Amino acid sequence: MSFLSHLISGVSLGIIYAIIALGYTMVYGIAKMLNFAHGDVIMVGAYTCFFAFSRYQQPPLLGVALAVVVCTLLGVGIERLAYKPLRAAPPLAVLISAIGMSYLLQNSAQLLWTSNPKVFPSVVGNGSVKLLGGQLSISVITLVTVGTCIVIMVALVWFTGRTKMGKAMRACSEDKGAAQLMGINVNATISMTFAIGSALAAFAGILLCSAYPTLMPTTGSMPGIKAFTAAVFGGIGSIPGAMIGGILLGIIEIFGKAYISTQLSDAIVFIVLIIVLVVKPAGLFGKKIQEKV
Amino acid sequence: MKKTRLISIVLIAMMMLALVACGNSGSGSTGSSNTGGSAGAGSDTDSGSADTAAPAGAIKIGGTGPLTGGAAIYGQAARNGAQIAVDEINALGGVQFELNYQDDEHDAEKAVNAYNNLKDWGMQVSLGSVTSTPAVATTVKNFEDRIFAVTPSASAIAVTEGKDNVFQMCFADPNQGSASAQYIQDQKLGTKIAVIYKNDDVYSTGIYETFKTKAAELGVEIVSETTFTEDSQQDFSVQIGAAKDAGADLIFLPMYYTPASLIFQQAQNAGYSPKYFGVDGMDGILTLEGFDTSLAEGVMLLTPFNADATDDKTKSFVAKYQEAHGEVPNQFAADGYDCVYAIYEAAKAAGVTADQSVSEINDALVAQFTSFTFNGLTGNDMTWAVNGQVSKAPKGMIIKDGAYVGMD
Repeated sequence: MSFLSHLISGVSLGIIYAIIALGYTMVYGIAKMLNFAHGDVIMVGAYTCFFAFSRYQQPPLLGVALAVVVCTLLGVGIERLAYKPLRAAPPLAVLISAIGMSYLLQNSAQLLWTSNPKVFPSVVGNGSVKLLGGQLSISVITLVTVGTCIVIMVALVWFTGRTKMGKAMRACSEDKGAAQLMGINVNATISMTFAIGSALAAFAGILLCSAYPTLMPTTGSMPGIKAFTAAVFGGIGSIPGAMIGGILLGIIEIFGKAYISTQLSDAIVFIVLIIVLVVKPAGLFGKKIQEKV
Repeated sequence: MKKTRLISIVLIAMMMLALVACGNSGSGSTGSSNTGGSAGAGSDTDSGSADTAAPAGAIKIGGTGPLTGGAAIYGQAARNGAQIAVDEINALGGVQFELNYQDDEHDAEKAVNAYNNLKDWGMQVSLGSVTSTPAVATTVKNFEDRIFAVTPSASAIAVTEGKDNVFQMCFADPNQGSASAQYIQDQKLGTKIAVIYKNDDVYSTGIYETFKTKAAELGVEIVSETTFTEDSQQDFSVQIGAAKDAGADLIFLPMYYTPASLIFQQAQNAGYSPKYFGVDGMDGILTLEGFDTSLAEGVMLLTPFNADATDDKTKSFVAKYQEAHGEVPNQFAADGYDCVYAIYEAAKAAGVTADQSVSEINDALVAQFTSFTFNGLTGNDMTWAVNGQVSKAPKGMIIKDGAYVGMD
């Protein structure tokens, strides 16, 4: 029984990593860059929703919508200011720019909203569904997160596979130069990717803080790193990979805590990551792309 | 191209606007009076008590504490309490003080930088750091530089260990841990105890270790021990599950209130309602923004200060604090206040003046602290051992209807 309840905890934690990882993997897949500011966009989304919902007493859906708008604008803005001018620069420069952006966002949030922790009110309440005569409980927020995550994943797979814009994205991810020669507007495509990735960040932030309700300027950073790990674990660039990677990471973390040691839970997560990468360098679902010479 | 430039200009303008608008509301709501801006003051060396005019010949007292960050409530409280004491003392005439508090964000490295800023400013007496991890780092400097320090609330044993000129106003962690075990046993609060502690934090592990030793001595049964770290303080389902499966009826939480608030919420979601027993880090949970105080109903903690006490000294302090900051002072504010008064009495007795050298002041104060008896808000007849630890009686408190109430 405790096994099942640990499994449920693991999935609830993992699904949140998964939803954050979708944003990472999306941007990496298309723009081939690690957007380390993603975790902080999540934090901004959570704050936006917190202010709308808790401070100004707006309905939760309005808070969510507002967070999505703010994050999308922020994501596109970040891309334009910090990444686009560096498109021709070596990848390392972009990476440093992303790390700088991450700190800029964190410190701006500290300046604007102070770093006193705030308790985030769950947008769907704190109810839970009892199973097997009350021995197991699944919180409503977990169910909502799982639902949201599946919807987002299906929508993304459909979008990248079936729509014209999605095809343009995949073309960019394979070969930017060739895509441009075929008449695809590479810059617009990448901006679009950031817009989608950041909109996902808004959902991730709200769901993260609804499940674990402490909101601080650093709220997004550790889950961001774990989700990045999940994305690599599942095969970075692969959408189903991010989802499976996130869930597995959550389950490993909780099981590690429950059955091995609470002291070593993070170490266990990263040991598993190292093993997976040694055995399968592209991650669980990653494609090994053969470079033609 | 024109369009994109327009968009970026609009975006920048929006960000600026947001910065200005929120900046105002932000600094208004935190209600910090002595440092000019609140959160941004972290790296600013000239913050501190800028707007209190320093009297001539004043002894310069410096301290570091988390004025921003997750533990900001402690740093701000200690600073505000100390400032009230300084204002009172300066109004009396005689020995005069000037107070300068620097932000360390509960981070050891930033605390050492803050300490160096204070030294450049000319600090003669130090209030150490408010929280343990930074204090362990800054008190080493106090010892090397021979600057006398009495910390309001840094309770780790390493803060005073091996440093003859560092004293604590609060209980040292071993005392907190063993006093908690003793209190639980005496008051028969629980028979099966679970402990959840933060194993990358010297404060939390220090209390846990002595609690465990004392519990074993008293025959209090600990049925579950689990940990978390700075990086994994979101999901507590495993720790709560372990306590529940072990049939614990009381969970001992030697930690600060932010993770504790998550534990209360997640235990309630899991349908588990044990008793909770916290330490001084639990103080402050009721003022956490957005926190549902009903979750903390019945939480017990050991603290040396009770704002409900009816003696004149406490009543006057509480009234002044409420007037200046609009909230009931917590234990840290009282500790800060007591530190300044203890320095005042020691300085008066030893005839310390501002033109003495730092090491002369240091030696005079050390001699006083190890020999005198001090009456303050956080206890009567306090004395200090040569190792810097204070001896005073703890008070048990319980949270009832969203307020702290004395248990005895």
